[in-house]
Amino acid sequence: MHYLMGVRIDESVLPYPDDELEATFARVGAVNDEMKAAGVWVFGGGLTPSDSATVVRRESGATTVTDGPFAETKEQLGGFYVIEVDDLDQALHWAEKCAEACRVPIEVRPFEGIA
Amino acid sequence: MTCTDLTEVYRAEYGRCVATLTRLLGDLGLAEEAVQDAFATAVDTWGDDPPRNPGAWIVTTARNRAIDRLRRESTREARHAQSLLLHQADDEEVGPVRDDQLRLIFTCCHPALSPLAQTALTLRLIAGLEVPEIARAYLVPEATISQRIVRAKKKIRDAGIPYRVPEAPELPARLAPVLAVLYLVFNEGYTATSGELVRTDLSREAIRLARALAELMPDEPEVTGLLALLLLVEARRPARVGPSGELVVLTEQDRSLWDRELIAEGHELVRRCLRRDRPGPYQLQAAINAVHTDGPATDWTQVLALYDQLFELQPTPVVALNRAVAVAEVHGPALALAVVDELDLPDYHLLPATRADLLTRLDRPVEAAAAYDEAIALATNDTERAFLEDRRARLEV
Repeated sequence: MHYLMGVRIDESVLPYPDDELEATFARVGAVNDEMKAAGVWVFGGGLTPSDSATVVRRESGATTVTDGPFAETKEQLGGFYVIEVDDLDQALHWAEKCAEACRVPIEVRPFEGIA
Repeated sequence: MTCTDLTEVYRAEYGRCVATLTRLLGDLGLAEEAVQDAFATAVDTWGDDPPRNPGAWIVTTARNRAIDRLRRESTREARHAQSLLLHQADDEEVGPVRDDQLRLIFTCCHPALSPLAQTALTLRLIAGLEVPEIARAYLVPEATISQRIVRAKKKIRDAGIPYRVPEAPELPARLAPVLAVLYLVFNEGYTATSGELVRTDLSREAIRLARALAELMPDEPEVTGLLALLLLVEARRPARVGPSGELVVLTEQDRSLWDRELIAEGHELVRRCLRRDRPGPYQLQAAINAVHTDGPATDWTQVLALYDQLFELQPTPVVALNRAVAVAEVHGPALALAVVDELDLPDYHLLPATRADLLTRLDRPVEAAAAYDEAIALATNDTERAFLEDRRARLEV
């Protein structure tokens, strides 16, 4: 099964102070390598802050483009992973490692299907 | 075969059969449908001559029903499931059946499900209770319970919650919600959230499930500890309510009414745990209850020592409050009151109730009355409220 692991961050606070940035990158990099070595890694990456987001809508034949994230909430998606494992327990095992490395909550969601 | 007999077979076998069929079919929903089909057939065909092994009969019938059902469907998954079923041996499988049940308990109490969903699923799938029974026990509409069960089953399927017993490193974390569900079910039966004081059937189910779990996991001392705890609390049930339905506190209970057999069993289990020397919260609470049920009166010094140990493992305000009751017995009510006044437990009626009792013993009736009023306003169980009102009325304000 494929699972999305969403990295939930609170954008109202600075997630990683400058002096912790390097250590965080090192921890996350190590877990990424571990996932690749275990053969569960599909794709993943960090996202720029949500104020860089743009929303595109199609309504009655017209397109509107607006600035900003879809929902103006404190909690935003800071990055994500897609992994392929046998079941939820295995996904939770990797989520635990990611949460430890990123020091923020990880939301695990199964894909309904994959194109 | 009478209707009651069949109900008993249903209670005893439903969870076991669903667990086995879930392994055979790989799908909880299909398993349940098949087992229900089989029970419906049993109602029509058993008559006065039920099979020697009703559980095996149900599993075989359910398996055949599932094959029939899958034959009518033409999807690839259905054909795959059908071929799996047809190639499985049809023996009694005592070992695997036990594993099936354990797997299903861990699935029902998976931490990815909400505690309420865990409880409802466990009562439905493991204990074999019907939705209306669960709804009655928790005083919520039937629709709420069935919706919760449907949603939980959907999450099990969609999120890929596996049917397996967790491995050793994850076992402590995964066992915790299982034990918590059984403890919750027992407590709901022992002090119902609302209405009358006890609902015996829920407590009985919890003990039955704890017994099954202790049999399945004999090397887990916390499982044995939980069973011992439930038995020792259950043993005092006959003395807990007086002739006119009023609550009788532990120190005033008629000890001759206690169930000696349950107490003996509970004590033996506690001794077995202590020998393993891997204490945990349930074992310590069982040990505390073993002291309460040992000899003509409680040895409070021993109780306090056990609460000290429990508080080290579980430094929660509820444990601190229970410990304070032992402090009052060993060091006097003034010291206990100082402990209680430090606690922050909003909306928990036993905090002001304990304060009220300590203030009464310290001969401070005006403050005691105020504390009783606070406790009465927070209590949701009729019998407990009546008890508090009676205590308040006895004060000489």
